[in-house]
Amino acid sequence: MLTKRIIACLDVHAGRVVKGVQFVDLIDAGDPATQAARHAREGADEIVLLDITATHEGRATLLDTVSRTAKALFVPFCVGGGIRSARDAEQVFEAGADKVSINSAALADPSLIGAIGASFGSQAVVVAIDARRDPNAADPVRDAQVYVQGGRRPIGRTVVEWAREAEDRGAGEILLTSMDSDGTRAGFDCELTAAVSEAVGIPVIASGGAGTVAHFADVFGRGKAHAALAASIFHFGVSTSRSLKEELAKSGVPVRLPC
Amino acid sequence: MRVTVIDYKAGNLTSVIKTLRHLGAEPIVSDGDLSLVESAERIVLPGVGHFAATERLDNTGLTAAIKAAIARGIPFLGICVGMQWLYAGSSEAPDQPGLGAFPESCTRFPDGFEKVPHVGWNSLEVQPHSRLLANIHAGEFVYFTHSFHGPVTADTAAITHYIEPFAAAIERGNVMGVQFHPEKSGETGLKILTNFLNWKEQ
Repeated sequence: MLTKRIIACLDVHAGRVVKGVQFVDLIDAGDPATQAARHAREGADEIVLLDITATHEGRATLLDTVSRTAKALFVPFCVGGGIRSARDAEQVFEAGADKVSINSAALADPSLIGAIGASFGSQAVVVAIDARRDPNAADPVRDAQVYVQGGRRPIGRTVVEWAREAEDRGAGEILLTSMDSDGTRAGFDCELTAAVSEAVGIPVIASGGAGTVAHFADVFGRGKAHAALAASIFHFGVSTSRSLKEELAKSGVPVRLPC
Repeated sequence: MRVTVIDYKAGNLTSVIKTLRHLGAEPIVSDGDLSLVESAERIVLPGVGHFAATERLDNTGLTAAIKAAIARGIPFLGICVGMQWLYAGSSEAPDQPGLGAFPESCTRFPDGFEKVPHVGWNSLEVQPHSRLLANIHAGEFVYFTHSFHGPVTADTAAITHYIEPFAAAIERGNVMGVQFHPEKSGETGLKILTNFLNWKEQ
């Protein structure tokens, strides 16, 4: 049976894993290669490394980080942040990533999705979407606004139509972050996730809002997500992907166990 | 152990090469150098993306060289599209023939049931005759990402269920294929690749 994936997410800045700024005592969380290997050992089904600053001068650092992280990682490995061209993607793949996640660059030039997919296969292209519900829209969920630049600016597109276009252009998966839920620890936006999952034929990875094990069960059920990103939950009572999955299995969620 | 990895410009070889190296093998890439196939001790044909890309194998003479190597008894492992290529063909590119080591053809998962592609970790039902999957226990998980698949036949080495039962692995003598990605399948995948590296004629 196909299982629901728990994807460990590492935010990287200048070659180091960092935690969200609201967690002041946890700014530096170590070396990406060490942390990725630990997450894989502790049962994560996949690793995502996001270069959260992605400055041009950070490129060499990112490629070096990807290369060191990939070296002893034998689960799928996705890298995002600062990938603006097919050439950028190629360098990240050559450094050892299995997938790239693209966001602002795909909105600026949607043909980038197909350009990367043509060389590396659509399974290697994850389109990340940051969306916020639009209370003024006829359907605040399906017409949630898509944001760029790390959630700073709406780009004038709505989530369902953009997810569909991304699929048509050859995206292999959608990584959907609810900006309303992100950082709240009050649960994923299951309505938003379900709206996107029902609109596309490709898998949807849910992100933003996880605070408890029940939130994951909820987004896999009601939210119709195929995978969920886990980041800060590991600092609030759930120690590892393995223990998260063991709890999910008790609620009847199919997960990869033992792992 | 020298392993000739075939590059036909269908995706990224880094993960496969890195994993073979991790297991102590010496991967050598051939993107058309037939001598590397002729002198091969093991051949791995990875592949992601579109079946049509296998046309390059025909155009570079690799198809004939691989066929000859298989006939000499060299162990061969196709991964993902590399496994699909072992069949007569695929409905993904009906005009492009496969190697034909197995007479069936690959087809797409039917729409209207679950998401296609099939992406994620799914379990294996290993068939008792499989040597590639020796020591892989019922229910061990491997990582898949594909929309096309081969049918279950007597040559199927492992069955996986998604929408319908399909061949997760195929094996006849020295010709082996896996629909999943062993290089991305954790300890289970490493065991399978180790079995391939240790494969001996019986």
